[in-house]
Amino acid sequence: MDKLFLLCTIAGQPVAIRAAQVDSVVDIGAIAPVPLAPAHVVGLAALRSRLLTVICCNRALGLPAPAKPSSRAVVVTVDGHPYGLLVGAIDDARVIEQEPVPIRARLEAGWARVATGMVDFEGEALLLVDPERLIAGPEEHALAQAS
Amino acid sequence: MDDLLVEFIAETRETLEALSGEIVAWEAEPGDRARLDSIFRFVHTVKGSCGFLDLPRFARLSHAAEDALATVRSGSRVADAALVSAVLGIIDRIGELVEALDSGEAEPDGDDAVLIAALDGMAARAALAPTPIAAAVPHAPARSIRVPLDLLDRMMSGVSDMVLARNELARRLREVDGGPALEGAFERLSGCVAEMRDSITRTRMQRIDRLFSALPRMVRDTAAELGKAVDLRIEGSDVELDREMIELIRDPLTHIVRNAIDHGIEAPERRRTAGKPVTGRLTVTARQSGNQIVIEVADDGRGIDEVRLAARAIALGVVTAEAVEAMAPAQRCALVFTAGLSTAETVTEISGRGVGMDVVRANIERIGGVIELDNHPGHGLKLTIHVPLTLTIIAALTVTAGGQTFAIPRSAIEEIVHDSNETIRIDRIGSAAVATIRGRALPLVNLEDVLCLDGPVASRGRTLVVLCGVSGRTYALGVAAVHDHEELVIKPASPPVAATGVYAGKSLPDNGVPMLLLDVGGIAAAAGVAAEEGAVQTAEQPVAVADATETVPTLLFIGTDGARRGIRLAVVERVEDVAGEHVRFSAGRMRVALDGRLLPLAGLDTLPDEPWLKLLRLNDGSAELAYAIGDVLDIVALPARVEAAASAGPVAGAALVDGEPVELLDPHWLFAGIDGGEKAAGAAPLCVLADADNPWMREILRPLVEAAGYRVALAGDADAASADVVIAEAEGPAPTGQSAPIVRLRASPAIAGAGDDSIYRYDRPGLLAALQTSISAARRA
Repeated sequence: MDKLFLLCTIAGQPVAIRAAQVDSVVDIGAIAPVPLAPAHVVGLAALRSRLLTVICCNRALGLPAPAKPSSRAVVVTVDGHPYGLLVGAIDDARVIEQEPVPIRARLEAGWARVATGMVDFEGEALLLVDPERLIAGPEEHALAQAS
Repeated sequence: MDDLLVEFIAETRETLEALSGEIVAWEAEPGDRARLDSIFRFVHTVKGSCGFLDLPRFARLSHAAEDALATVRSGSRVADAALVSAVLGIIDRIGELVEALDSGEAEPDGDDAVLIAALDGMAARAALAPTPIAAAVPHAPARSIRVPLDLLDRMMSGVSDMVLARNELARRLREVDGGPALEGAFERLSGCVAEMRDSITRTRMQRIDRLFSALPRMVRDTAAELGKAVDLRIEGSDVELDREMIELIRDPLTHIVRNAIDHGIEAPERRRTAGKPVTGRLTVTARQSGNQIVIEVADDGRGIDEVRLAARAIALGVVTAEAVEAMAPAQRCALVFTAGLSTAETVTEISGRGVGMDVVRANIERIGGVIELDNHPGHGLKLTIHVPLTLTIIAALTVTAGGQTFAIPRSAIEEIVHDSNETIRIDRIGSAAVATIRGRALPLVNLEDVLCLDGPVASRGRTLVVLCGVSGRTYALGVAAVHDHEELVIKPASPPVAATGVYAGKSLPDNGVPMLLLDVGGIAAAAGVAAEEGAVQTAEQPVAVADATETVPTLLFIGTDGARRGIRLAVVERVEDVAGEHVRFSAGRMRVALDGRLLPLAGLDTLPDEPWLKLLRLNDGSAELAYAIGDVLDIVALPARVEAAASAGPVAGAALVDGEPVELLDPHWLFAGIDGGEKAAGAAPLCVLADADNPWMREILRPLVEAAGYRVALAGDADAASADVVIAEAEGPAPTGQSAPIVRLRASPAIAGAGDDSIYRYDRPGLLAALQTSISAARRA
């Protein structure tokens, strides 16, 4: 299981998320906005009786929201709260035998914050993204830096 | 009860049940090694667990049995009938003790020596007859099983799914008209689902005993530490409430109980002097009242010393002396909920660190609860906590604003009115709005504005939801429409949503569209709604925000000269008609004869022509004054701070009412006029204003000081050197060449820090008191 990764794209960039952190991948329906919430919190969506807090990954990276909003979401649970992370295309869950390696390239601030390492899949280097850091969003990061 | 102990009881009881078959088998065949091993494991486990739990009888019994069984296992002894009986005797005794432990509070006392001796084969078999255990009350435990909480939560969410599926089905059925048979079947299903939801909700309930059982020990320890004697009574342990709720009230309750022992109940000698029983009494009760649980903590101690508490609050700058003056005793009591306030004379280990009751109240309110005080100074204090039965399902009102639906907890709603109602008036004061509902002025907050929702807010045709009492704030929330009362299953908001501070949770109502539950207190804070007049306004609240919405009821009238004027309603005793002939000019001013007395009369320069005259009778608490008017117009709520008048005089300032300017009278000036006039000018102490160029000192401070009966000179004036007292700004340089005491004024209401003895420049009583103290101190010296 810990060698299984979900491959998808965020802001056009192919990334990997540890499958152990992922509950499911769903298409979400109507999203109810949450006024006053941080920009990367798109709103709430119902997944049967569960209420997902929907996160726009682009915004979480400090990038503009995608022109055409996606409805594909990776469902993760953090501290007992279910979240839906809106991503671009979802490839599949893949087994990657090789251990993730530290990132040696210089990343933009947003990516540097959410990426925990790199994995190599079929000759392509993918950023390994931590859902918790996506959920935390850009503001908190800015605050942490300021203090 | 200790969680570990509960675990131990449950585990031991389960193993005993499982073991009963083994025991019987072992009895039939003492040589059976497998049976012997499982019994050995049991006593070994019991021995291990009770080491942590301080249960000496369990330890002795299990230790002895383990030793005996070990000798059998090592082959140095053969299990015979006598040994089997002795071991069984011990296992039975452990079983009895477990039941006793479960019903009582401590390990029951008793002697197990006979049982233990029997293991060595020394005692006669007769002695093995079961000896009754003192505390072993005949007790049939309710049959129960242990279920992981996780499973319960899954069941709960499964049922919620079922409810949603049912609702979906109901919608589809309405579309197709399936006939009575189909509808009947659906109704049945629907009923089952509702029943299922109820019983699963109940599985999450626990007896409040879980919370109360820790109290006796805590009370004993706390009281012992403080050298006090406390008799604790607990009632209503069998009341049930949601397990999450129990965890959430644990800390507040602990704090309240500790406070009661530390601050409430007096030391024994003091109680004796007060004529009270030496042992203090503390009663903790729980009862269910509708869908609320009411927990009361009552002590017979000294209660809250309102005067001292208020003094402390003033000293800390939490509240002004004026505000305290206007407070009812209950409101002064409620000052204990202010952050950083404690009347503890000394900081003890237990409490008195200034963090406490404010946190307690915040925690209770966060879970939708209310906390009340019933203070009997000298005789005790009763704290009542009301909390909802469960966090998960609450009764709510759904409203829309900006095209989105939100839920408001019904417990917070006082009333719902439509703005077309004739008893309601809405006034705009600058950027703030005030809704006057049947004469009661409330800050009006539009939900769209607070939540920064797009779209215009209709000026009329809105519904006002009056939300009450949260942290002393009552306000009207304007929404586009009110829909339904619904029972909602509430789930906690995820951290990024909760961080907004305006939502208490989220819910998925029957229509399947996620909905946010508003946090009534959070909305008030976000909108800058100040605490109700007279209630506590905590120091953290930015004053500028409070000013915008703090209002005072004001009487509007037409003066004898035809001008529209207003005066604070609080100083108006009544409106009266008097005959014009009762007005006369005597001893240098206008006066009017009323009730056989001559009252100073203001608002009139010449003797009236009309036969009748309307008067406002004003009262400042000691002096009375009449003010002549043309007619009374209205009572309106006006902001407490108004545009100040250009020069000091009977008019304090001006405000706009319905687009027309209204002069507001300064009651302070009016009353000052009647007292000050009679004083001989030469005798008055001389107050020097240090900065002659400061317009504030010249124009605002000077008239105030003069009205208080002082002669005023500016620095540099001829007679400035003979000053009795000097007023200077805290920020400015110290005045030179003055031997008189100096009173320093600061511009901000908050004190700069320890040692700052300056006075806020609008703190009139504070300033006047300081002037007087300085002068009298200087004269003594």
